[in-house]
Amino acid sequence: MLIKLEDVSYVYSAKTAYEQRALDHVDLEIPQGQFVGVIGHTGSGKSTLIQHFNGLMKPAEGRVLCDEEDIWAEGYDRHALRFKVGLVFQYPEHQLFEMDVLTDVCFGPKNQGLTEEEALRKARRSLAHCGVPEELYGKSPFELSGGQKRRAAIAGVLAMDPEVLILDEPTAGLDPKGRRDIFEQIASLQKKRNLTIILVSHSMEDVAKYADRLIVMNHGIKQYDGTPREVFRHYKELEKIGLAAPQITYVMNDLKRKGLDVDTDILTVEEARDAILEALRKAGKGTKRPGDPERGQK
Amino acid sequence: MGIIKALKLGFNYIEYSEDDREKKVTRALKGVDLDVKEGEFIAVLGHNGCGKSTLAKHINALLTPSEGTMWVDEMNTADGKNLWNIRQRAGMVFQNPDNQIVASVVEEDVGFGPENLGVPTEEIWQRVDDSLKKTGMTAYRLHSPNKLSGGQKQRVAIAGVMAMKPKCIVLDEPTAMLDPNGRKEVIEAVRELNRKEGVTIILITHYMEEVVLADRVLVMDDGVVVMQGTPKEIFSQVEKLTELRLDVPQITILAYELRKAGLPLPEVVLSREELVEEILHVD
Amino acid sequence: MIRDITIGQYYPADSILHRLDPRTKITGTFAYIISLFVFNSWGYAVGAVFLAAMIILSKVPFFFMTKGLKSIVMILLFTMVLNTFLTPGEVLYRIGFLKITKEGLLLAGKMGIRLVFLILGTSLMTLTTTPNKLTDGLERLLGPLNKIRIPVHEIAMMMSIALRFIPILLEETDKIMKAQMARGADFESGGMIKKVRSMIPLLVPLFVSAFRRANDLALAMEARCYQGGEGRTLMKPLKYEGRDVAAYILIAVYLAAAVILRVVLKW
Repeated sequence: MLIKLEDVSYVYSAKTAYEQRALDHVDLEIPQGQFVGVIGHTGSGKSTLIQHFNGLMKPAEGRVLCDEEDIWAEGYDRHALRFKVGLVFQYPEHQLFEMDVLTDVCFGPKNQGLTEEEALRKARRSLAHCGVPEELYGKSPFELSGGQKRRAAIAGVLAMDPEVLILDEPTAGLDPKGRRDIFEQIASLQKKRNLTIILVSHSMEDVAKYADRLIVMNHGIKQYDGTPREVFRHYKELEKIGLAAPQITYVMNDLKRKGLDVDTDILTVEEARDAILEALRKAGKGTKRPGDPERGQK
Repeated sequence: MGIIKALKLGFNYIEYSEDDREKKVTRALKGVDLDVKEGEFIAVLGHNGCGKSTLAKHINALLTPSEGTMWVDEMNTADGKNLWNIRQRAGMVFQNPDNQIVASVVEEDVGFGPENLGVPTEEIWQRVDDSLKKTGMTAYRLHSPNKLSGGQKQRVAIAGVMAMKPKCIVLDEPTAMLDPNGRKEVIEAVRELNRKEGVTIILITHYMEEVVLADRVLVMDDGVVVMQGTPKEIFSQVEKLTELRLDVPQITILAYELRKAGLPLPEVVLSREELVEEILHVD
Repeated sequence: MIRDITIGQYYPADSILHRLDPRTKITGTFAYIISLFVFNSWGYAVGAVFLAAMIILSKVPFFFMTKGLKSIVMILLFTMVLNTFLTPGEVLYRIGFLKITKEGLLLAGKMGIRLVFLILGTSLMTLTTTPNKLTDGLERLLGPLNKIRIPVHEIAMMMSIALRFIPILLEETDKIMKAQMARGADFESGGMIKKVRSMIPLLVPLFVSAFRRANDLALAMEARCYQGGEGRTLMKPLKYEGRDVAAYILIAVYLAAAVILRVVLKW
């Protein structure tokens, strides 16, 4: 599905003293299959933005198009749209309500009008994709651990077989391993099902690692839109709007400024390691290998 | 004896089945030894369910040991008559900023603790003024907590604890629900209190950047303390941390990788400045 | 939408009403409610003038108060319609078996005015008084009940906490509703039974969350040495000032006027 926003604006508490422009003339196009990261400080309009993609919020101005159809045109079936554009809110485990995990995951597919068997089939498949072990299917959602609950809740949206999956900070409050697991699962899902992923996150390291494209929101305006490399080149400007680049980007820029000729378009530890070694080699430094290369592993 | 001391501390959660016949015992703590000196800044790491929060609740006597002993400021937490003294001495800040603010105006919430302690009105006002100043929240004293950001709410919670004049503050994942800016402001406030007021800090967290500032780090796993040492000592063990489902700061991993590739870097590098200098000085 | 409910909210401002002792305001509100039931016809004009004067004194923007009314429009209309059709009397108009009577219209109008005034009057109290002060005031006013073993402090504390968490829970309701809508839940269409059933995905998570919050808060309060009302001191102890005396006199005059108008002039 191709999602398009044309000149979209949204205003909270319109015409009162509290009026606040949450989106300010945003133009955007997201083709099928992209992994898009959305970053911005709290109140930058990220949450408002993603709720426009599945028609939970209606733009004050401008149009939202899904596959070239205006979703707010008369007669457009927005209820059906929500099955194609799945939205996972922050702390999605707070919306679990059924007696057992499997039935809860079936909620979406059943609302779609699927038969019991079909819904169960989709629920099982999604739970498996989200890494929820089968022995938990019959348990009450409230007995699960934090990470398991989170995955079951994501499976609840995935079970509707959406073409687009939007996740608002899916790893908030989890421990490092839980965070890694969720991201790995999302990345593998995207490949397995050719999903469009739209991921809202505060972690620059994570979006740098997984996203093909980054959208930076600031005061309701789309400030930057490009590959992570392009966006993080503006690391100084990002700081001014309350954001930051990954730590690695800073190291590379510091090195460059202080005279080591390294590539600064770098996002991961591995790339950084290779670039630094390469630059040092060129400068004729660091060639004297210490006697015991295993020392670092102590 | 340090301000907080635990000896072979054990704790069991007991769950009864619906018909009360079956009893399920979960051992959350299995013999924890702990000795915290006054004025120390301790960080506690560990994945979800490792027993960190259970340990934290013992320091405030919200839970009392099933085995072993816990002393706070030389008072045994199992002794009921010490209860309110312990809670005054060791304050607690919780994860969810909304669920620990009682009053609907910031200054009234900060005054809640001293009110409970029976502090005279005039002194309550002094303490509230003072605590708000120390946490940088004076400008918000008449605001409603609902209108504050997550980081500000947590600072209100910290001010509320400070107004009880504690010797020690236990923070149970105070930044887990905050955005990066909120995290920074909370950690800065905590650090200030530690350095300027000499308050003992026990910070439970998942964020490795916050650990770097601590005097000492404890790593917990499955109800016991498995690693203990300065941040440098802890982060020099990259593989072990990963095994324990924890993270290592990117900077430290990069230094570790470079060292593995043969660069003569120090064993552990924690800050960006340090790493850059070290790389530039390679010859 | 759901966040627009202003009943029970506090509006910070610096006005004479904000500075009054909460006990004065509670008594005043009570007197005002009584007056609404004393009035019969023209008396409501007096009630309106009094209310308008108080609203102006409070410095709370009028639109902020009317916003609170929006949420009860349905209840209001419902009572008014019921009254219009179900009161026997002189028939003015007939639609099938339904008839509109003169008495019905009058009663509906009166009920409507009463309800609106009642809501505005009480919300004026909560808008100008922080929940904590309000409960302090109630606690002191009801203090004598302690003697017959009614836990006044605990009741007051519960009220104040409820007031603090109302906006949080409303926001949460909004969030859960949207989250379930994203899973295809439909809260609008269908008959009565379907509608009630469709509320389950909203209500279960809401209750779970409310319990979790209650549990967290209880722990946090214990950690801060809360142990009931005994031995507690107050940061803001209640003290009557000159303005409270003036306010009590005004309230007494108003209530007396209401009674006199009703008895003597049959207003």
